[in-house]
Amino acid sequence: MSPDELLYSKEHEWLRTGDGVIGITHHAQDELGEVVYVELPKVGDKFDSGDTFGTVESVKAVSELFMPVSGEVVAINEGLTDAPESVNQDPYGKGWMIRIKVRDTAETGQLMSAKAYDAYVAEKE
Amino acid sequence: MSSNHQRTGSHFQITERLVFEEGSPGRRGFDLPELDVPRKDVATVIDPSLLRDGIAGMPELSEVDVIRHFTRLSTWNYHIDLGLYPLGSCTMKYNPKINERVARLEGFALAHPYMPAELIQGALEVQKTLETCLAQISGTDAVSLQPAAGAHGELTGILMIRAYHQSKGNPRKKILVPDSAHGTNPASVTISGYVVENVPSDRRGMVDLEHLKKVVDQDVAAIMITNPNTLGVFERDIAEIAELMHSRGALVYMDGANLNAMMGITRPGDFGIDVLHINLHKTFTTPHGGGGPGAGPVAVKKILEPFLPYPTVGRQAGGNYFFDHDRPQSIGKMKAYNGQFGMHVRALCYILANGPEGLKEVSEVAVLNANYIRAKLKDAYAIPYDSPSLHEIVFSDRIQARKDVHSGDIAKRLIDYGFHPPTVSFPLIVPGALMVEPTETESKQEIDAFIEAMLAIAKEAEENPEIVKSAPHSTRIGRIDEASAARKPVLRWRPE
Amino acid sequence: MLAAIGLESIDQLFSGIPEKLRLRRLLDIPRALTEPELLDYFKDRAARNAADYVSFLGAGIYRHHIPIIIDALISRSEFYTAYTPYQPEIAQGTLQAIFEFQTYIAQLTGMEVANASLYDGSTGVAEAMLMAQRISRKNKFLVAKTVHPEYRAVMDAYARNLGIEIQLIDYTAEGRVDMAQVERALGKDVAGIVVQSPNFFGTIEDTALISDLAHRHDALSIINIAEAVSLGILKPPRDADIVVGEAQALGVPMSFGGPHVGFLATRDRYVRQMPGRLVGMGKDYSGKRAFVLTLSTREQHIRREKATSNICTNQSLCALMSTIYLATLGPVGLAEVCEHNILKTDYAVGQIRSQTPHRVLFPAPRFNEFVVQLDDRYASRVERLMQNNIVPGLDLSRFYPELRNTLLVCVTETTRKDQIDALVKGLA
Repeated sequence: MSPDELLYSKEHEWLRTGDGVIGITHHAQDELGEVVYVELPKVGDKFDSGDTFGTVESVKAVSELFMPVSGEVVAINEGLTDAPESVNQDPYGKGWMIRIKVRDTAETGQLMSAKAYDAYVAEKE
Repeated sequence: MSSNHQRTGSHFQITERLVFEEGSPGRRGFDLPELDVPRKDVATVIDPSLLRDGIAGMPELSEVDVIRHFTRLSTWNYHIDLGLYPLGSCTMKYNPKINERVARLEGFALAHPYMPAELIQGALEVQKTLETCLAQISGTDAVSLQPAAGAHGELTGILMIRAYHQSKGNPRKKILVPDSAHGTNPASVTISGYVVENVPSDRRGMVDLEHLKKVVDQDVAAIMITNPNTLGVFERDIAEIAELMHSRGALVYMDGANLNAMMGITRPGDFGIDVLHINLHKTFTTPHGGGGPGAGPVAVKKILEPFLPYPTVGRQAGGNYFFDHDRPQSIGKMKAYNGQFGMHVRALCYILANGPEGLKEVSEVAVLNANYIRAKLKDAYAIPYDSPSLHEIVFSDRIQARKDVHSGDIAKRLIDYGFHPPTVSFPLIVPGALMVEPTETESKQEIDAFIEAMLAIAKEAEENPEIVKSAPHSTRIGRIDEASAARKPVLRWRPE
Repeated sequence: MLAAIGLESIDQLFSGIPEKLRLRRLLDIPRALTEPELLDYFKDRAARNAADYVSFLGAGIYRHHIPIIIDALISRSEFYTAYTPYQPEIAQGTLQAIFEFQTYIAQLTGMEVANASLYDGSTGVAEAMLMAQRISRKNKFLVAKTVHPEYRAVMDAYARNLGIEIQLIDYTAEGRVDMAQVERALGKDVAGIVVQSPNFFGTIEDTALISDLAHRHDALSIINIAEAVSLGILKPPRDADIVVGEAQALGVPMSFGGPHVGFLATRDRYVRQMPGRLVGMGKDYSGKRAFVLTLSTREQHIRREKATSNICTNQSLCALMSTIYLATLGPVGLAEVCEHNILKTDYAVGQIRSQTPHRVLFPAPRFNEFVVQLDDRYASRVERLMQNNIVPGLDLSRFYPELRNTLLVCVTETTRKDQIDALVKGLA
């Protein structure tokens, strides 16, 4: 069950609307397997919704990270350099990836609630 | 294990540290003759600021130290001389010993490519003869032996396609690549400056001709097709695909990785291929060497001949061979000198050892062996595409996955039964793929033992999945924590 | 076996191939030869290559003594008939040997990390250029004219369709890269500068100076080493960003140009932009030291069209030859080999200067090659030497039309004094 307080994209990213923090979902980390490397953008980079803002790698797979909404990067999770496994262990907490300043809060309307996301994942499987 | 004779047993072996942790100062494994010119201090010849002070961490060893070190390491490897190596798409066949002997003849091993042509006639003749044989086997008109490996041949071939289109005024933009293709195909396309467009396979596991009719336009430079494809299936519509491409001004590249299925049976040039690369280390028995050197000659039809990399090997009217550098439309040089010559000698030796009847028989037996395995394992392992197999067969782990046993586990468990695993996780269109290519060099006994092992593992997956999931149990080291190795990569030794 | 499959004839195995595409005749290749015939055939061809000539050819392929134990070890089936080490549990021998190669190359080049090897020096330099393009996101390269001309040709072939611009940099009368010209050409748009040392004329470049200049202009310094034995005594290009080259000189037969073995070394921070395989040291789940192919997500089998390179494999067996060579010689033996190369070359230069009318070009320090410019009787002098079974070197005008009547002469530890004297006499 995905946390209720977050919003979700079809590309399996989550967004915490309160402070603009973005990460990948439990389902996404599970599909990837053990995460070994996360490549993140620089603070100050600006992206549109749907843009690639980084990549996440497991031993034998690479996935691109997509912006759930448009915005400017104001912080990145430096802790992932030394401990990329946080993405597996705590995807909604220590495994967060970037914090952004959301450009247009109206865009969050395209995202899914926890319930809708869980149903979306269940349907895909 | 259910086998009536145990194939593997425990074996005496010795642990060995890194070479940097061995040896001791003052030991040496090699002496130079006395210096026969006046001795001077090197610092009087070369400014001391350009000289180094020692090489930190480099060990000093005796000859016996070196021999023991690498011999001990060698005993930790599986290899084709030990047993069946059923890696699909890799064509792991026996490497005849005579290949090694003739490649080491001094006249070849000590030849320098900048020797005047009259002093390297033998080497040039070997290259020319191999070119002629490969052109005949592939049904093409000209061959360059320059590419160093299969992927390098792909790059060479695509650059020639680009030069061809360029000569017509428009290089075009895209290359079509089926989703079943090897990863080198799209990567080679990208570094040729083209964009990859994936084409889906149809239910037969073949390229979908109807789909192609819709997508081939003026932007498409070529299709890059593997035939037989990575499912071991002959592309039944290949001639029609080639015709379609040609009718729209595009060319057809063939990845020749699977040539072992068709020598003397059918020829790429005859079914419409314009250019292909040939892996000498697969079909033509040059050894894999633990990951190279390979060799990937490209073979082309007449229309692409002007674009071959230079030099080509020419022959004068008087019968003398020479390197022909005068190739104004050439794509240039893909590698210094003219390719992996030592591999050319071995490949020619193999071709001459087999002759026309022998090569045909090679393909026949390779296909027979694969189909025998298919027939014997088809009830125990799922076959996702039921089109007829040629030299290899792709199973999936669908039946075993119900017990959470996956292709990687089955692969590791095979090691306990004394076999190298088949190719897993490829092709990408088959989830949980197990791709088996026995090759023609295996006896029925060896193949039967493999089948028995595969059946035993299928049974274990049902009854005792844990033993499969935790395999291998009989090796020096167990499964490796690859995630930790990748998170904090240690890529060299450093003194403590 | 056919019966088990449910077929009656071999031909039925090929029912998936449309009949119109079947070849219904035998291939037109020579008939099969037996083992004695094969030996005769190849011995005859090998004999038509002049192995018994005294050769002063180098130019990227070097004749050094190859200790016998190398061939004994690499002839073990366990090494040469194994596949790429994808299954680490049964490929630790190959994996550890590659890890040792990586370490040796890092030690020799003064870099932090080296890959598992590339095809050769020429494709290696081209790969280094693409790597620098990825790191810098810039497209222009300054390349010294004294980089091996065939390497430059390969760089051209790779660069042509990727929007890369190559500007050549001249050499000075000293035989080194023209630093003033480099300085003028450096600008914001330059991704990197590529210099070979010892360069194609055998002259040793001051790589520290070159790297420093590159870095002052925010460009990467790429140093190419075609004669890897030289690293046994010359200061390694520690300040470079990428050191790339050819390791044939380290124990690999000349073999008419291949197979040889390329290497590429760099700094830790660029490791994810490297092409080619990498072996890492780790542990198995019981804690035992183990080696495994790692950082594979850079590679084509995972990243496909977005991979750092299309390269699929390395030159494992040749890398093994170099590893055994270095283990056998050790730091002392390698330095001695270097010393012999330098002193014999110095002797040859001195004899040509004092005993012949010809000019030795380029006064900068050299390792084991030098350039000698003959008078107008060039052709007849070379001809006469050839009649005496001496190949005096490479005619440089083939690659440098401005250098008429010049020979690039290579002298290694395998060249005897009497052979040098015979060359000098022939030139006198």
